[in-house]
Amino acid sequence: MKLTKEELEVLYILEENHRQSTEVIAKQLQMSEEKVEKIIKKLEQNKVIVSYPAIIDWSKVEGQENVIAMIEVNVTPKRGVGFDEVAERIYRFPEVTSVYLMSGSFDLSVSVEGKSLKEVATFVSEKLSTIESVVSTRTHFLLKKYKHDGVIIEGKENIDRRMVVTP
Amino acid sequence: MTDYNQFLSKTVIDLPPSGIRRFFDVASKMENVISLGVGEPDFVTPWNIRDETIASIEDGYTSYTANPGLLELRQEISNYLNNRFKIEYNPENQIIVTIGASQALDLAFRALLNPGEEVLIIEPAFVSYPALVKLAGGKPVQVGTSAENGFKVTPEQIEAAITDRTKAILICSPNNPTGTFLNKADLEKIAHVAMKHNLVVITDEIYAELTYDEEYTSMASIPGMYERTITINGFSKAFAMTGWRLGYVAAPVPIVQAMLKIHQYTTMCAPHMLQHGAIEALRNGKEQVSEMKRSYRRRRNFIVTSLNDIGLDCHTPGGAFYVFPSIKNTGLTSEEFAEELLKKERVAVVPGNAFGKSGEGYIRCSYATSMEQLQEAIVRMERFLQSLNINKEQLALEK
Repeated sequence: MKLTKEELEVLYILEENHRQSTEVIAKQLQMSEEKVEKIIKKLEQNKVIVSYPAIIDWSKVEGQENVIAMIEVNVTPKRGVGFDEVAERIYRFPEVTSVYLMSGSFDLSVSVEGKSLKEVATFVSEKLSTIESVVSTRTHFLLKKYKHDGVIIEGKENIDRRMVVTP
Repeated sequence: MTDYNQFLSKTVIDLPPSGIRRFFDVASKMENVISLGVGEPDFVTPWNIRDETIASIEDGYTSYTANPGLLELRQEISNYLNNRFKIEYNPENQIIVTIGASQALDLAFRALLNPGEEVLIIEPAFVSYPALVKLAGGKPVQVGTSAENGFKVTPEQIEAAITDRTKAILICSPNNPTGTFLNKADLEKIAHVAMKHNLVVITDEIYAELTYDEEYTSMASIPGMYERTITINGFSKAFAMTGWRLGYVAAPVPIVQAMLKIHQYTTMCAPHMLQHGAIEALRNGKEQVSEMKRSYRRRRNFIVTSLNDIGLDCHTPGGAFYVFPSIKNTGLTSEEFAEELLKKERVAVVPGNAFGKSGEGYIRCSYATSMEQLQEAIVRMERFLQSLNINKEQLALEK
């Protein structure tokens, strides 16, 4: 889908921070608010904009420190549907937060979130591994997030080190 | 008690302290200040540039370089000026890498000026210009511009200031503090006057990459101007490398060789390892520059619209990251406005008169700060303006 320069500008802004009001976006792009709203609506309808989640550092929230695992999954693709069918069977589980088809030594990269190590382990052994086309899994538990979706979680660079007034 | 004035140079004693300095002292002691007073990017230098510099330290590049800088860097600068602005400078003998564009300016004035010779400075202007001219023994002559003309200088204004001692014109586009951008036609007018009166033009192009509406034209590319133009640029603003203090100057051979004499005796060379970072910036920094530029452009649009909305008359500047709104309708002077705004609402701006007489009645707001901060600053400024209006009404009632 070919986008106009203006539509692209709106996307760049939303990708950076989608909580800005249409009024503020309009001022930045010297457009009317109606136009910004129209563009956003169009991009939503076309599923170019899929969703508006926030990046949350759950490790900071007591009782919410989830265990995250990234699992390399090897599967046997099926005639006619390839990897799509097994991918679908995997992503339907609510514990699964992402599923990507990969090139290289494994087929699907699956992220799973659970309340405890045990919960994730149970999911892998009882739900994931038992799917018919799944040949093997290798589970890697995530220890610390440094950067997520282009955002540095807690960097030294997030501090403004400039003097208050300079020429 | 020792009278130190007897020890100090008269020129230095007579230099006025920067109007910005005083403001900095007040603002830096306050908490919860939103600063629109910062004259540098809010980005950190792109990582690839820092990484390359760290590697050069690891590899032991800690010695002096050639006086004008690494030839490899001068070659990159030469390529850049040629590709970007269509001006050709020989890296062997027409380019010097300096300690910021500031040193390049200093070298230019010292190389050009005999005692008492005059330099026309288009105002409002960067705070260092007049001082640099004085330190070089010259006399700064301020040429004021006005908001009605978008702070662009007219040939008539320049000609009115020319005397038989005038040596050079100093221009800066896009401008600090007004953000004013001079397009090709504007430059041609200035060029015409310079050629007619046989003047040198020193052009400070440090903000050249940060232009938002029109293509940039470099003064040296105007027919007839190359031979009398000193082109000054650097890495600070385009690549967010202010603290690196790296700039450069390019000019005809005899001028550069004269400047090089001063440079070799006073400075030797720019820091070796940093020059490696600068090479990386010119080779692989284009993408990041355009990303930063896109971000500045959006913020410019936001702040210009917002300032006009809350009742401060503000023209749309073509470049840099400053806007220069008028505060004349408040009845306050620039300094009063800036001081009150800082005290009451903790928003730091720089009073326009710090940049010369024609800046009186204006304030400089830098939008090189986050959108969240800009939005909050606008809220605070609007509240401040409303409180001023209430005061005015009260005064009127009392009368």
